[in-house]
Amino acid sequence: MKEYLKNTWLGIYTVLVGMKITFKHLFTPPVTIQYPEVKLKLPERERNRLYVNIDDCIGCDQCARACPVNCITVDTVKSVPGEDLGVTSNGKKKALWVTNFTIDFAKCCYCQLCVFPCPTECIYMTDVFEFSTYERKDLLYQFSNLTPEEAEQKKLNYAKFQAEKEAQKAAAAAAPKPEAPSQNNTN
Amino acid sequence: MYQYFYELTGSVIISTLITAIFPLVNVLLVALIGVYLERKVSAWMQDRVGPNRTGPFGLFQTIADFLKMLQKEDAVSSEVDKKLYNIAPVLVFAGSFAVYAVIPFSSKLIGSEIEVGLFYALAVSSFVVAGILMAGWSSNNKYSLLGAMRSAAQIVSYEIPTALVVLGMVMLLGTLSLTKISDMQTAYFWNWNIFGGPELSVTKFILIPFMLVGFVIMFISTLAEVNRTPFDIPEAESELVAGYFTEYCGMKWAMFMLSEYGNMFAVSAIVSILFFGGYQSPFGYLGNTLGLHWLIPYEQAFWFIFKGWFFIFVQMWLRWTLPRLRVDQLMTVCWKYLIPYAFVNLIVIGIISLF
Repeated sequence: MKEYLKNTWLGIYTVLVGMKITFKHLFTPPVTIQYPEVKLKLPERERNRLYVNIDDCIGCDQCARACPVNCITVDTVKSVPGEDLGVTSNGKKKALWVTNFTIDFAKCCYCQLCVFPCPTECIYMTDVFEFSTYERKDLLYQFSNLTPEEAEQKKLNYAKFQAEKEAQKAAAAAAPKPEAPSQNNTN
Repeated sequence: MYQYFYELTGSVIISTLITAIFPLVNVLLVALIGVYLERKVSAWMQDRVGPNRTGPFGLFQTIADFLKMLQKEDAVSSEVDKKLYNIAPVLVFAGSFAVYAVIPFSSKLIGSEIEVGLFYALAVSSFVVAGILMAGWSSNNKYSLLGAMRSAAQIVSYEIPTALVVLGMVMLLGTLSLTKISDMQTAYFWNWNIFGGPELSVTKFILIPFMLVGFVIMFISTLAEVNRTPFDIPEAESELVAGYFTEYCGMKWAMFMLSEYGNMFAVSAIVSILFFGGYQSPFGYLGNTLGLHWLIPYEQAFWFIFKGWFFIFVQMWLRWTLPRLRVDQLMTVCWKYLIPYAFVNLIVIGIISLF
């Protein structure tokens, strides 16, 4: 009998305790963060989408070689002597045209390994993490600021320069033989 | 209400239809606002936000759900017993809606002022069991059948404590008419039955604890009768998919939902009529103090709906506080605890009512 009454009391009492707790929570502000409108502050060393400041890129290909999943493609063309490519922000002279600098974010594993070898610190992580697309090809990001025509032009320029050099070399190789003694003579 | 429209139109059918529209609108509103409130209350109790995208504060969420439900295909699986399957949701809804015939929303707004209102309400609300069993059996689905069987066992057992408490109240009040019970508790809240009734004497104070016990038993057992958590084992999502309406979709499913919310309001209404003065205002009427007597029925309707909603809120509150009972615990609560207490309560109230 005592047990029975105790059970009854316990049943009613514990329900009331529970109801008190839920009633308190009725007036506690929600912990939900309304995501698209309100965003949490990202951690200091977050790793998200990469960005390449192409003005600083010297086309050294070190990031592409560091990449464990081969998602970075860098194509370069040597500049011809007359062209001035300017300098990077840390004073390195640029010698290569970067005709193609693509990063495939569908492949990228966000390991940040490409960031460390860069001599000019032109490839780095941004705070953009919402870039999902419907097409996988839209995840292929092109960072080179040369248009395809320009890139083609640069290639042609270099090829022409190379050809001229070859021609000069060939000419030099063909011509100097008779001249060589005369040179010696003059000296 | 019926009499008024009968005199106005002179037609039995038209006046009956008009009288039936008000409770129907009430049931629809209860379902519409109830689902919204259920989501909001559950969210607030769990420190969440709840629906807030559809319309201001997510108010149109249930309307959007309702529109979605209307558009759904009426899919019927090939193995069901078509006749019973189709009639079950109608029966369940009819059972829960029929209770509204005797519920007095105010002294003027009442479907039928029959003398045996309380008895009728109890009888008709257990009619739902038949519909639930039909739905469970005809669905040709293990989960549906299990849910229906559990529901039948539960509703039938919990009807006993309800009936015992109601019996005690009827012994004390001497009437089964819901309007008369409400009218007895008029004027101020200390005249409510939970505070010992309108008669100011020693018995009033002796009655209070027994009324409280009666109210608690009644509330728990009606909670079980409408299959609400913690007594929701017939539709236990984690065990039985959805219980007896697993195979239903679209509007047929919506009818089960509608009847659930209709039932919630109906049992809240009966509890408030028996113990909390029904449509009577707790603080006297504004219409009386201002001398506007036409205002009184509106005030009464307001208080009645307010009380109904309050108990619906308590039901939701309990739902998000307590976990579901096990089947044996459910039967223990009913047969070993509620029924003995109800019996003792009945006897004591009987003895008190002798004096």
